[in-house]
Amino acid sequence: MKSDLILLGHGSGGKLSHQLLDEIIIPTLSGISQKNQNDAAVLPFSGDRLAFTTDSYVVDPVFFPGGNIGDLAINGTVNDLVMSGARPLAISVGLILEEGLSIKELRFIVESMRDAALAANVSIVTGDTKVVTRGAADKIFINTSGIGVFEHSLKIEGNRAKPGDKVIINGTIGDHGIAVLASREGLELGVDILSDSAPLNGLVLDAIEKYGEHIHALRDPTRGGVATTLKEIALQSGIDIELEEATLPVRESVEGACSILGLDPLYVANEGKVLFVVDGGMADDILHLLRQHPFGREAAIIGQVVQAQKSEGRVSLHTAIGGRRIVDMLSGEQLPRIC
Amino acid sequence: MKYCAEFRDPKVAAGFLGIIRSLSEKLDKNIFLMEVCGTHTMAIYRQGIRTLLPDKVGLTSGPGCPVCVTPVEFVDKAVALARMPDVIVTTFGDMMRVPGSSTSLLREKACGADVRIVYSPLDAVSIAEKNPGKRVVFLGVGFETTAPTIAASILDAGKREVNNFFVLCAHKTMPQAMSALTADPDLQIDGYLCPAHVSTIIGANAYIPLSAARRIPCVITGFEPVDILQGIAMLVRQITEKEARVDNQYSRFVRPGGNPQALDILQRVFEPCDARWRGLGVIPGSGLAIREVFARFDIEKVLNIETEVPHEPAGCRCGEILMGKIVPSDCPLFGKACTPEEPVGACMVSSEGVCSAAFKYGD
Repeated sequence: MKSDLILLGHGSGGKLSHQLLDEIIIPTLSGISQKNQNDAAVLPFSGDRLAFTTDSYVVDPVFFPGGNIGDLAINGTVNDLVMSGARPLAISVGLILEEGLSIKELRFIVESMRDAALAANVSIVTGDTKVVTRGAADKIFINTSGIGVFEHSLKIEGNRAKPGDKVIINGTIGDHGIAVLASREGLELGVDILSDSAPLNGLVLDAIEKYGEHIHALRDPTRGGVATTLKEIALQSGIDIELEEATLPVRESVEGACSILGLDPLYVANEGKVLFVVDGGMADDILHLLRQHPFGREAAIIGQVVQAQKSEGRVSLHTAIGGRRIVDMLSGEQLPRIC
Repeated sequence: MKYCAEFRDPKVAAGFLGIIRSLSEKLDKNIFLMEVCGTHTMAIYRQGIRTLLPDKVGLTSGPGCPVCVTPVEFVDKAVALARMPDVIVTTFGDMMRVPGSSTSLLREKACGADVRIVYSPLDAVSIAEKNPGKRVVFLGVGFETTAPTIAASILDAGKREVNNFFVLCAHKTMPQAMSALTADPDLQIDGYLCPAHVSTIIGANAYIPLSAARRIPCVITGFEPVDILQGIAMLVRQITEKEARVDNQYSRFVRPGGNPQALDILQRVFEPCDARWRGLGVIPGSGLAIREVFARFDIEKVLNIETEVPHEPAGCRCGEILMGKIVPSDCPLFGKACTPEEPVGACMVSSEGVCSAAFKYGD
């Protein structure tokens, strides 16, 4: 670590976050190699496998168009379990409340968590609540952990992308980040942009059931956006990924907001999106299936996996006008406290 | 017409590329066009436009990234302010990570200084209103595009009698810098892609003296890919026809006389002054200073700001990069000691900086 202090960028989900994890946290606590890092850990259990994951939520503001910190905290952990191919089973909830939080708001948040868990068909089975003095937290921070079970013997991991594979996303990119930012900063964009926060277990588990053997990697492009997530997969699998800008689904309102704010939708966080890296020959069939699902109506094939040109995996983009550029991980901090 | 998809249309882009290619065959030498504005630099890299142009047509990035041309002593002053008790420093986000002589605002913030990112200087006036016991200083950095909003915030604070709002002022104006660059014998600039946003304020006519005196073609150009390709085609056409005039590709927003309202408040609040540019040195008449009648908002007139002796980071070649004399990969620090995570020079920090664009999007 070059920096001797924690900076906001260490929480961006981009390069600084990776530095913090790779140089301090993972070598000290677990030692797992970068190639084997995924959204959930897979643990052997009486001859079977369990998925285990955890995530903390500090989004500001707590309430944003399309959701709040409560449903976000359930959906996020559900999605991390699903990305390993597991069916979410049970979730724990840790609440850190700031002195002075209104009970009405807390009740609303907790009810949203209940509703989100119902929608995702997962049980909230244990929890903990702490209260800290005013200023020691900001309204409410939530940690959720989850366990899931595997109902198949497939291995779906970030290091399994192969040349010839296609990359599919289940809908428009950048909605969550822009919705939160617009609401936090009171930006008047003329249209309501809603967060895409959603549980993806139905969509993903259906696809696994039908096409599991053709799905090589799954990952939700949260902080750091589609760009950072695909770069992680390229690095883990040692392959290159080529994206087609013209095929990237971006809402006109999000595109417009990004233009005004100087952001690139490829780096903006999503909370209801999943990237599938699938067998090239089956991509159209999988796309067809995803589009039947409410959370996959705008699914699109956005790129392909090719042989690595250099030693480390690279992501590049063919721009709509025919140019070509590199797509790197998010650098620095784009939008702090987005989830 | 929604002014987004239309200006990113691949067919229209291909049409302009065809024109550029056929015109370039008439060129008797390689030409270099300077995109002055940092937003152009970013758009050109992001769209991969360099990969599409014929070999004879080169693009050089200019000094139009406001954060990049802000000298290191300005950052040192901002840091000194942030360290003072009861001072809140407010700024556009890009200034946060720019290294000063020994620290940055971001680092000071992590250490406890009250430094806040705002999206408009008017937000800084509101922060001042809500914190009457503190001095709220806005870092006034930018060209003619942003300067009117800072002027408006000073007028607003005056009207509302918000007496704890101040500006640390380092605004700069573009045509004077372009003129200075054209006079540099070490630089080959065959035409200017003039900045889009700056021109909406100052108007197309503002470049006529430069174009006429230096015999240099100028085309005011928008930021979308089709705009940029058309702007390049218009410049190459002028060069092949041995013309030197000001053309306006961005006529949907830029008028010959600019924006009279914005120019009026600029004139009321600011007056021209000599200004130091990182890399380019002092350029006479290229800065904006707060007029005497508004001196009570000028933090440098109100407080004595003591800083360390400013020094540029060792080995950093931002200066030559800003003048278009070298490209980022010529700098020994680029991509090694200097990356977006650990920037050494301002060009790697700013979202409009050429090193940042080259690192992020380059091949």
